[in-house]
Amino acid sequence: MSNAAPKMTASGVNVFYGRKQAIRDVSIDVRREDVTAFIGPSGCGKSTFLRTLNRMNDTIPGARVEGDIRLDGEDIYAKAMDVVQLRARVGMVFQKPNPFPKSIFENVAYGPRIHGLARSKADLAQIVERSLTRAGLWAEVKDRLSDSGTALSGGQQQRLCIARAIAVDPEVILMDEPCSALDPIATAKIEELIHELRGRYAIVIVTHNMQQAARVSQRTAFFHLGQLVEYGDTSDIFTNPRQDRTKDYITGRYG
Amino acid sequence: MNKRAAPVARQPTDWQTPAMQRHVRRRYAAERRFRLLGLAAVCASAAFLFYLLATMIAQGASGFTETRLALPLDLRGHVTVTRAQLNGAAADLALAGAGLENAVDAAADRAFPAQGGEALLSDGAWLRVRDAIKRHPRLLATPVTIPVPVATDIDMAYKGIGTPESEAAVAALGTHLSRGLNVSFFTGADATDPTRAGIWGALKGSLLTMLVTLALAFPIGVLSALYLEEYAPRNRWTDLIEVSINNLAAVPSIIFGLLGLAVFLGTFHMPRSGAIVGGLTLALMTMPVIVIAGRNAITAVPPSIRDAARALGASPIQVVFHHVLPLALPGILTGTIIGMARALGETAPLLMIGMRAFIAAPPGRLTDPATVLPVQIFLWSDDVQTGFVEKTSAAIIVLLVVLLAMNGLAIYLRNRFETRWK
Repeated sequence: MSNAAPKMTASGVNVFYGRKQAIRDVSIDVRREDVTAFIGPSGCGKSTFLRTLNRMNDTIPGARVEGDIRLDGEDIYAKAMDVVQLRARVGMVFQKPNPFPKSIFENVAYGPRIHGLARSKADLAQIVERSLTRAGLWAEVKDRLSDSGTALSGGQQQRLCIARAIAVDPEVILMDEPCSALDPIATAKIEELIHELRGRYAIVIVTHNMQQAARVSQRTAFFHLGQLVEYGDTSDIFTNPRQDRTKDYITGRYG
Repeated sequence: MNKRAAPVARQPTDWQTPAMQRHVRRRYAAERRFRLLGLAAVCASAAFLFYLLATMIAQGASGFTETRLALPLDLRGHVTVTRAQLNGAAADLALAGAGLENAVDAAADRAFPAQGGEALLSDGAWLRVRDAIKRHPRLLATPVTIPVPVATDIDMAYKGIGTPESEAAVAALGTHLSRGLNVSFFTGADATDPTRAGIWGALKGSLLTMLVTLALAFPIGVLSALYLEEYAPRNRWTDLIEVSINNLAAVPSIIFGLLGLAVFLGTFHMPRSGAIVGGLTLALMTMPVIVIAGRNAITAVPPSIRDAARALGASPIQVVFHHVLPLALPGILTGTIIGMARALGETAPLLMIGMRAFIAAPPGRLTDPATVLPVQIFLWSDDVQTGFVEKTSAAIIVLLVVLLAMNGLAIYLRNRFETRWK
């Protein structure tokens, strides 16, 4: 498989919550080298679609996914797909920072431990240090790894959650509005972090903030009423949208 | 553009008018009234509690003491046993067979003929002499004076509530009488003579019963709660189960007693009055309480924690045992202790399965006939002898102490787990 092949492909995806259809016939490719942003007004289905990419919707009663979603050409909704492994390969960061009520070290070590990624204690400590360093948090917490993860500030908690996600060395990281609960300074740090993580992981980020999408992403998808309206290079979407609905949204006509 | 009505000039609110001032005063008065009502409610409940504890202690404290009569004894020639017989387990039998009880009664008749002789002594007086001889066999060979417990009417009279005759006897005995801690109350079981009655039989019965209840109700209750919250699909069947569990928690306890009688005794022919049957019956009653408390505690664990674990690739069982259960445990423990405390104080269902029998020996095994603290209290409070009044209060104090100890343990466990996980 060439490096140019998309990391994830979705084609003809429909999502239902009970009888209500939340996503209509969405087809999209996620490139492995890029940050892909999903934008759109509230309730347009962008978070729902994001959660189909690592099957987090499985746990919602009444949710049903149709269509074809592939990770490196492998059907992730196939019977043979192990959901536990899929989620190790496709990590996720949530809207509200949700560290475990355990120590900082335990938060990051949890993933490697349950997947048996560390061969020894020293190995595990190394993974924790590397993950925290990559998440830009090591310098701030290296002297208090045994403190509770919930005692950190909101921005630090979110970076801890990112460190936790990259500790299992995923291939894709899904971020569901990771900055919406953070102040501008913490937001800037997360955006910087996304820049640094780009290339190592394929990143998909859902955001309400169009400036953020413009700043961090190379590809942007605009969702509206459960449909994918437009998908293309971020520069094109923001400067030269082909669809009127995209233009209206970007110029602040609605949303 | 739609037309707008011309803006009305704004009238500034005058906060100083008498009507306004009255309004403000009324609000403050309401505030004060509410605070006073709350304070009064707290004071009233504290007063009731204090009254209860004070009367219990005032009436029950004397139940822990006994009156002793210094009895001069000369057993030479009356009781003949060999040294060898006094060693080992056969000593009790040897001394009883040698006529020790009669010898002690005769000694009382000789020493205090005018005051009532052997009628002064408790049924258990000779047992005290027996134990003393077992410790010091030389007592058989010399004249000695041994303090022995007195009969219940003398005991009551010495404690201040006797009949005229017994009070006269107490006055005549004078300094031969003394007071001491009633050790046999803590080591003995029920008896017809209040001076011999002990609480240990009922306490041990209660502990064995609680052990069975906890061993069954806790794991089954917690596993049910976990399954219903984390695994069970939401459909009509789980709704039905949920309603049934909620109703079970509200079923009067005597119904569980009838169920235990029919199922455990009737169908399975388990031993009547056994702690195991009591424990099983109380487990039926406690389980719904634990399930409900457990489900509440599990629901209170934030869904974001489950999401976080799932998104890292934790399997459902890892989500439950690494995250949900540890966070829910303090709440589950609180619910369990509430359920256990209720079970510990339960009388009615145990009456149905025969635990109200007169049990004169502490139960050794789960299948031995046993009684429990609240039933013992019920039985003693029903007894006509005055001596059982203070025993009843003393037993209530023991029951309260056990309850407090259980609650203390619960608080300790809860704090321990909370500091570990939060």
